[in-house]
Amino acid sequence: MTEVLAVLCMPLAGAVLLAIVGARSLGPLINVGASLATWLASIALTIRVAGTGPMLVADKLFFVDPFNVFLVALTAFVGFTTSIFSRPYMQIEQRHGRLTAARLRLYHSMYQLFNFTMLLALLTNNMGILWVALEAATLTTVLLVSLYRTPESLEAAWKYFILCGVGIAQALFGTILLYFAAEKVLGAGGDALLWTELNSVKGALEPTVLSLAFVFLLVGYGTKVGLVPLHNWLPDAHAEGPTPVSAVLSGLLLNVALYAVIRCKVLVDGSLQSLFAKELLMGFGLLSVVAAAFLLSRQKDIKRLFAYSSIEHMGIITFAFGMGGPIANFAGLLHMTVHSLTKSAIFFAVGHAAQKAGTQMIDGIRGLITVSPVIGWGLALGSLAILGMPPFGVFASEFLILTSAMREQPWATPLLLLALGVAFAAVFSKVQPMVFGEATVARLPHRPAMTPVFVHMAIVLVLGLWIPPFLADWYRQAARLIG
Amino acid sequence: MSTVPLWAQLINLLAAVLLLLAFAMLAQRRVLTLIDLFAAQGLALACSTAIVAYATGQPHLFWSAGLTLVLKVGVLPWLLHRLIRQLDVRWDVEGLINIPTTMLIGIVLVVFAFNLAYPISQLANTITRATLGIAMASVMLSFLMMITRRKAVPQVIGFLSMENGLFFAATSATYGMPLVVELGIALDVLVGMLILGVFFFQIREQFDSLDLKHLERLREDDGTVQ
Repeated sequence: MTEVLAVLCMPLAGAVLLAIVGARSLGPLINVGASLATWLASIALTIRVAGTGPMLVADKLFFVDPFNVFLVALTAFVGFTTSIFSRPYMQIEQRHGRLTAARLRLYHSMYQLFNFTMLLALLTNNMGILWVALEAATLTTVLLVSLYRTPESLEAAWKYFILCGVGIAQALFGTILLYFAAEKVLGAGGDALLWTELNSVKGALEPTVLSLAFVFLLVGYGTKVGLVPLHNWLPDAHAEGPTPVSAVLSGLLLNVALYAVIRCKVLVDGSLQSLFAKELLMGFGLLSVVAAAFLLSRQKDIKRLFAYSSIEHMGIITFAFGMGGPIANFAGLLHMTVHSLTKSAIFFAVGHAAQKAGTQMIDGIRGLITVSPVIGWGLALGSLAILGMPPFGVFASEFLILTSAMREQPWATPLLLLALGVAFAAVFSKVQPMVFGEATVARLPHRPAMTPVFVHMAIVLVLGLWIPPFLADWYRQAARLIG
Repeated sequence: MSTVPLWAQLINLLAAVLLLLAFAMLAQRRVLTLIDLFAAQGLALACSTAIVAYATGQPHLFWSAGLTLVLKVGVLPWLLHRLIRQLDVRWDVEGLINIPTTMLIGIVLVVFAFNLAYPISQLANTITRATLGIAMASVMLSFLMMITRRKAVPQVIGFLSMENGLFFAATSATYGMPLVVELGIALDVLVGMLILGVFFFQIREQFDSLDLKHLERLREDDGTVQ
């Protein structure tokens, strides 16, 4: 109880405090402090759940099980490292004249609120509140995407707002249909939207209604996951927003949206007793992987490049959950973790590289390794890891996904392999000259924050070589739950 | 007709009004009238929610009717009017497709929505089950309006009117969502509207216009597929 409240209250208190403190030099420190407190609270929650098993708190309002507790810990951790990265990054941006003090206040406050909405979405037991929290997550990030007020960033933010708004409206309709089906079994009132209640009676829910509801829910939350063909907002929002925002959007928000889809999938699977939901997930996942892989080679902007790579990886994870079964689900959960860590690390490195070069265009960034070996190596290692090179964790999860695809869905394996190959060629050929080419980049007025990058990469490396038993055990429990 | 109670008839009437208003919005060129139509839609929604609440004796629906009345008939239209006044943009709305064509597409959408809703309506045991199709149709019409309008304000009104359709679906199929969820949704809509207000000023500051054709820079040359 106290742990859940602490996890939710820390970012909320941080948001209020930062709105008051504003852009004084204390601001970034409070931001780091609040994120650290959230992370510590999430660790306490994790230890608690590891000891007592799944728990319901506050009159069944919140629900913690192995599936969401590891996502809570991951979200709080990446939120914390991103806040460390954001301190020097935003100082440099301010020095470059891209930000005013008032906007920095908005940025810090909204950053904490955004973390709050994601943690609320993960912890709530009520499918309606889940919707509210995800919509609130969109709202808090819209003004962050348009933080620089350039024409491009305004366009990106508008697209983000409208597309995700419409998408999430579909999800609301899906939630209404879910409630409609649940009400017949559980009776009217607040309980009929509680996930734990729904899960216990999922076999009795009306299948026709649930299949229609799932289509709406998948389209709705799938827009936020960035599944092709609903992905249009994603590259724009990632490329035009400040880099810390790109890092948390890509590393965290996509995961949380996918979490919502999976929670719905569990209910629909139980009700339908058919492959309907699985086939939809596999279809959308595969389409995203293939389409994103081929779009990668056309990118000229480095942040757009990695935004498309996020679409590709979310596609892989969606496909894995679509296949289902203990191994594929395990791999999907592992991939969620390593993608989140690797991608945010890459965005940190890319952000500093773009600041050095004064441009986000790939052609304008050359020879990072000679001017700043740390950033160069960070970007090179991150790219190799995200492309699935051993011994990093992404290799392990992709290997598991591919082998279970060979066994269960052999038709999909060539497509997946082709997409991974194309993605490798595209990203590698673009990143290689950025790191090793003739140097064009300049010095920075502040020391770049590269510690988070290497911490993330170290964790990804460890996960590739050896998964700690408690983590593996969680993944297994969560995988069983997903079915 | 004696088998249908008066309440149900009234709700059906209001549902028809809602659909009619959705078509009227689709055909409307003037942005100020569009706001009035949106307010009228909110009023119809609040009335129908109140009637369902009275007929079925569900007190929490009165709350949600009151909330709808305050938010969608009072606050949001007032905010929109204020925005229009402050931004001084009383232009006529230009659609991408001409209005008769839009209306024809709208009719097709309504037929589609009724077909989609039919199997679910059969399962509903609420007095208002016949209206689920209408709710779905007005969601789709708002969707169409968002697609065919180029300017920022009409797009937003389309978005809000879609929310109206969803609320109507919630009351007609299930007698409303749990109150805590409805409060959350209302909060999101209000905050979203405020953020959009800020956003309009940012767009105008940057482009001197609220025409979305300025927002088309991020296109194929960047490698995006539109």
